[in-house]
Amino acid sequence: MCDCREGDYVEVVTEKGTFRGVLLPKSKFGDPEIVVIKLDNGYNVGLIPKEMRLIKRAERRESRRDVNLERKESLPDISIIGTGGTIASYVDYRTGAVHPAMSAEDFIFAVPEIAEEANIRAKVLFNILSEDMKPEYWIRLAREVKREIEEVDGIVIPHGTDTMSYTASALAFMFPKLSAPVVFVGSQRSSDRPSSDAYINLMSAVKVAKTDMGEVVVVMHASSSDDLCYIHRATRVRKMHTSRRDAFKTLNSSPIGEVSNVVKFYGDYRKRDEETLLMDKMDEKVVLVYYYPGMTADLMESMLDGMHGAVIMGTGLGHVSSDMVPLLRERIRDGVLIGMTSQCLYGRVNLNVYSTGRELKHAGVIPLEDMLPEVAYVKMMWLLGNYDLEKARELMMKNLRGEIEERRFLQ
Amino acid sequence: MKCGLEIHQQLATKKLFCDCESRLSEEIRGTVMRILRPTQSEMGEIDRAALEESMKNRRFIYEITDNSCLVELDEEPPHELNREALDVAIQVALMLHAKVVDEIHVMRKIVIDGSNTSGFQRTALVAVDGYLDTSFGRVRIPTICLEEEAARKIEERDGYVVYRLDRLGIPLIEISTAPDMKSGEEVKEVAEKIGAILRATKRVRRGVGTIRQDINVSTGQGRVEIKGASKLNMIPKWVENERKRQEMLKEIAEILRERKAEVDSEIYDLTDVFEKTESRIISRAIKRGAKVLGIRLIGFAGVLKSEKYKLGRELAERVRVIGVKGLFHGDELPSYGITPEEVARVRERMNLGNEDSFVIIAEREDLARMALQKVADRARLALVGVPDETRAPQDDGTTRYLRPLPGAARMYPETDIPPIRISDAYVREVEKRLPKMPEERIRDLVNLGISRQDALQIVRDGMDDVFEDIVKKYGYPTIVARAMINGCDDIDYEPIFRALSEGKFAKEAVDDIVLRVCNGESLEDVIRSYESTVDVDAVIERIVMEKREFIMERGEGAFKPLMGLVMKELRGKVDGKVVSEKLRNKIKEVLKR
Repeated sequence: MCDCREGDYVEVVTEKGTFRGVLLPKSKFGDPEIVVIKLDNGYNVGLIPKEMRLIKRAERRESRRDVNLERKESLPDISIIGTGGTIASYVDYRTGAVHPAMSAEDFIFAVPEIAEEANIRAKVLFNILSEDMKPEYWIRLAREVKREIEEVDGIVIPHGTDTMSYTASALAFMFPKLSAPVVFVGSQRSSDRPSSDAYINLMSAVKVAKTDMGEVVVVMHASSSDDLCYIHRATRVRKMHTSRRDAFKTLNSSPIGEVSNVVKFYGDYRKRDEETLLMDKMDEKVVLVYYYPGMTADLMESMLDGMHGAVIMGTGLGHVSSDMVPLLRERIRDGVLIGMTSQCLYGRVNLNVYSTGRELKHAGVIPLEDMLPEVAYVKMMWLLGNYDLEKARELMMKNLRGEIEERRFLQ
Repeated sequence: MKCGLEIHQQLATKKLFCDCESRLSEEIRGTVMRILRPTQSEMGEIDRAALEESMKNRRFIYEITDNSCLVELDEEPPHELNREALDVAIQVALMLHAKVVDEIHVMRKIVIDGSNTSGFQRTALVAVDGYLDTSFGRVRIPTICLEEEAARKIEERDGYVVYRLDRLGIPLIEISTAPDMKSGEEVKEVAEKIGAILRATKRVRRGVGTIRQDINVSTGQGRVEIKGASKLNMIPKWVENERKRQEMLKEIAEILRERKAEVDSEIYDLTDVFEKTESRIISRAIKRGAKVLGIRLIGFAGVLKSEKYKLGRELAERVRVIGVKGLFHGDELPSYGITPEEVARVRERMNLGNEDSFVIIAEREDLARMALQKVADRARLALVGVPDETRAPQDDGTTRYLRPLPGAARMYPETDIPPIRISDAYVREVEKRLPKMPEERIRDLVNLGISRQDALQIVRDGMDDVFEDIVKKYGYPTIVARAMINGCDDIDYEPIFRALSEGKFAKEAVDDIVLRVCNGESLEDVIRSYESTVDVDAVIERIVMEKREFIMERGEGAFKPLMGLVMKELRGKVDGKVVSEKLRNKIKEVLKR
């Protein structure tokens, strides 16, 4: 075989004839015998080569773009902090899959219209898949936001959608005071396709970042159509569909506003504070436990081992099997903070209605009202990182960032 | 002249990338609104054509139907490629002597006119390098692809287009020939033969719009695609007219070059010339606030409209696509109420010589300017010769300008679908169960006892297997053939001929039964209505009993006279073959006793 490299124009001789085209990278999971080339007619085909000849070496391509933006005094300054994810993704040659890869300038290149909304400064803080996120990155991101927010009028954070609501609520708790909006945004169709929702979501996010709001929010499609985005409070939002554009929903409450051509808030929202306050400690010794029928007390015990706190996603109004009650009572006595949420997601937990609930409550399990389980998990990490056990216990039940509401309605 | 053919055939499997039914639907369950934006290709290039298209900032409304799911809505990643559709594509490829690639890669072909919710059409090259033998010689078939059908355009309005999702995702086989055909007759034969091969798989959709032919015609300069040339009998006419049109354009180009013709970009306002015109078209337009604008075509006199040359028509076609009804040019005036004096004044104002001509348009000013720009663009192309175009076939055998020919396909990999390895063993397995070629099937049917004409029709309708099955079971080849050819879709013929063979009615009744079922009566009821009118066994029983002595006397020789008696009562009601068999058996029974 020839010394042919990816991008070279080659001739491949096979039993089925001779083919010419651009040599593409081998698929990571495919048949190792197969060579993939892009034919002159644009099609890729996989072939078993008998012989391969180099016709023309690949030309080095110029860097794709130069983004040269002049600052306009009349426009606000918005900082985009990239973290990876579909909104900033690209085709990966090796796996043939979509991977986060765009540089910060790509945002402006991809959606030039945002330059008409604001003076954009952008950087990629990290480039990781949503599922690879962890608390350590939340903290790094929060510190970056703190740095940027001193100099700009709003922050936009493109993020992978899988764990965006975790990161957003982590930042919501870490900033007791915010002098500018912090807007998380994602996309459910990668930006390498014409139908991507990235364009509208990003445009809408920039618009929200220009408002007088002082909260952490998530901006995503309101429906399957490309005409409206919702502004979701970070502590209320959850990804509720694997693939739809309108996967993000505000649970147990309403979105705080919408974005079409203009931003419209539906009711109350927190205004910008004079200053930004960051409390960036997180206690990672917290576990989120999904209870299911058949889960043994032994398993629960091992999951709680060494933990400072646990959020349980119980059944219905907030239950686990009654044989776990002695274990939980013991752990709580040992100083572990244990809170109860519901795997129903919709509705408020209540440990007064059934006997198991009453026993759990008596054992010291905290009913976490209508808080989303993931939000409760993040909140507990933050509380245990920044307060002593008693204070954390007290604040766990108190609404801090809109994560708990007293009233729920039939929509 | 060189002609190529591209054939798109819908398959009768489920959709290519989901589990929805491949059919059209009138059941609308809701709509969504979307926009599309261009993207970069895997090679890092930005597609300019796609970018321009998107700048129109058009909105697309998609009608959701009962046979569309989240996949068609671009709200769920595509499922794996439908294996049955792939199987049909490989069958067709092998019947066309093509070579199946070792690994199939699904591509995204950028199409942002909204006909695909994703902004691309998924397509895969399945096989290469096939051929088809015709009575004119061999035609090469370089590529056979499997792709998804686009959404169905319902209406187009200012700023938005409505599409329906029923058709989106139906599997299509795309067969492209090399430009090896030299006449319309040859193109027709190739289209016919490929159509027959597709139908031989028995897994293609039938009916209007389920197969589409595009014909490429080139006479050495420029390439023209006649899109949607679906009437086979018209193909020779379309091709021949296109050849003539191209020859004409080449001659015109030569004349224009000799004259050193040129197109002036300056637009003249001639409204005042027509202030008191008798031309109803122009005076009405002016009353509506229109302007009469014109451009100069230096050296164009005589080629716009004469016995031989009709460039004016080409110019008019270009303005029609932007919604301007028509134009006037120098070769056709004075006429349409425009007087020689007015023409003279126009010529004077534009300072035109004898060899020069002009085009005027009476329209709203912005539209008129845009239209004249189109005229100037087209006139400049006339200096060169035949422009690359996509044209629509017309019922009168001519074609009409649709749009410029699109550039090379812009494609990048569909990363949501893993490549499909096609093993040699699988190809060999498909090879073993290839359907017989249409010619062979026709011979099979003729051998069963029907005319070639009928056999051809039955094979074309895809009824050959059913025909063979019925005739082998019950006989009656000519009657079965006639029933099928006269019959309608979706009739189950088998029970009819089973009943006939059981003596429930006579051969003559079949036509009537088929007609009644086609008119909507239930097959069962119709057959029963014939059954109840006659009881063959009872008639035979009665006559045999009456003539018992005669039978004892004559033995089996009694058959013929008795047959006459029985048929006197049953003629036209029951098949004679059935009666004779029953009677013979009855006589034997009596003799035995």
